Amino acid sequence: MENNIKISLKNIDLWYKDFQALKDVNLNIRSHEVTAFIGPSGCGKSTLLKSLNRMNDLIEGCKITGEFLLDGEDIYGGLDVNMLRKRVGMVFQKPNPFPMSIYDNVAYGPRTHGIKSKSALDEIVEKSLRDAAIWDETKDRLKKSALSLSGGQQQRLCIARALSVEPEVLLMDEPTSALDPISTGKIEDLVTQLKGDYTIVIVTHNMQQATRISDRTAFFLLGEVVEYGATEELFSRPQDQRTENYITGRFG
Amino acid sequence: MSIRTRYERELQEIFDKLVLMCRHIEVAIEKSVRSLTELDPEIAKEVFDIEELIDRMERDIEQACLKILMMEQPVARDFREVSAVLKMITDLERIGDQARDIAEISMQFGEDRIFKRLVHIPMMSVIVIQMVKDGVSSYINRDVELARSLDKTDDKVDDLFNLVMGELIEFVKKNPDDAEQAVMFIMINKYLERIGDHAVNIGEWVEYAITGSHPKREQGNERYSIQ
Repeated sequence: MENNIKISLKNIDLWYKDFQALKDVNLNIRSHEVTAFIGPSGCGKSTLLKSLNRMNDLIEGCKITGEFLLDGEDIYGGLDVNMLRKRVGMVFQKPNPFPMSIYDNVAYGPRTHGIKSKSALDEIVEKSLRDAAIWDETKDRLKKSALSLSGGQQQRLCIARALSVEPEVLLMDEPTSALDPISTGKIEDLVTQLKGDYTIVIVTHNMQQATRISDRTAFFLLGEVVEYGATEELFSRPQDQRTENYITGRFG
Repeated sequence: MSIRTRYERELQEIFDKLVLMCRHIEVAIEKSVRSLTELDPEIAKEVFDIEELIDRMERDIEQACLKILMMEQPVARDFREVSAVLKMITDLERIGDQARDIAEISMQFGEDRIFKRLVHIPMMSVIVIQMVKDGVSSYINRDVELARSLDKTDDKVDDLFNLVMGELIEFVKKNPDDAEQAVMFIMINKYLERIGDHAVNIGEWVEYAITGSHPKREQGNERYSIQ
């Protein structure tokens, strides 16, 4: 196996009861790269993303087979789910700050993992907010409710919250679909900065966003990965006619 | 009307304008050489008018392409087709300039007779007109083989160019007093040879639009893609 592969997926099948949502997915996600998942609604891209930190576990009737390896370790094997989610963080489509202060939102994860020291928490909160490019906007109002922030700020706060437990992988499910172009630009800038320290997988419906920020793109259709390759290549000369049809808006 | 249908209609309008621009260029080259063989300043003036029209068409098509790039942000084949047109019209406009240059030179002959009956220059003009036609029609019909064939056809133009140059050098040696006419023919010869090169460029952009690979970049082991 190439040594820069962070997540290796082999022969993944996923069913929601009788409906097969993922069909024989094989993908290698590389370290310190941004990997984009694109495809029409219902094609399985978010399902796969959620499977990467076992968020489908609680869904009744969900059955998953195949091999999910994180640094060679089986995600669905002996790995503790809480430890997995510490290593693989998630940012959702809609900003979802907890109804508590900005500080407590970011400190929530570290506290759950046993950090109690005020100075250690202060340090983590500042670093996470800085890394999420929202420190300057929040440093004077850390005790204020996170719900008082704008949508774009809330999303960056959620990214800070995800970063606070020092994950290795950051999963982002359409993180800018509810944001205006300026907030979207900030998140995109942030993603390109963060890939130096993290491996990022992003689901997006915005083709231009995928071309701007991702190194590799996987195109999903009806639960299958139709094409996976360098983003520049996939958007300039796709190999599969179905990819071409989708990205040029001929269907989907 | 869906966005996709509107896009395809806009692209079709560009195709139609490109074909029209190509027709004007064919006429401009044909008339420029005829203004020379017949030493007719009226025909030369017609070339000037056509060349101005070609310039306007270039700007018009350029605007339409830029509008598509801005509004539709095309990718994959859509992107390649639009960017190929943007490159092709630059070559087409230069061809128009060269036809005008030939027509301008034809006017400088005045009452002087041409030292010999022209054979190879009209022959070159017939070939380059066909090359321009083939370049544009290979784009419209997505005919990559026709686009690739332009490089071979250009070899014939180069052979004729060398032949004419040889003749002119011999002529100057024997008739040093008529060197002025020879210099004018050297320029005309070069303009026609350059038109052949522009047609080859067009073929290369057609190949890029169809296959995603630009032959010149591939030759240099440098993949052509968005940087």
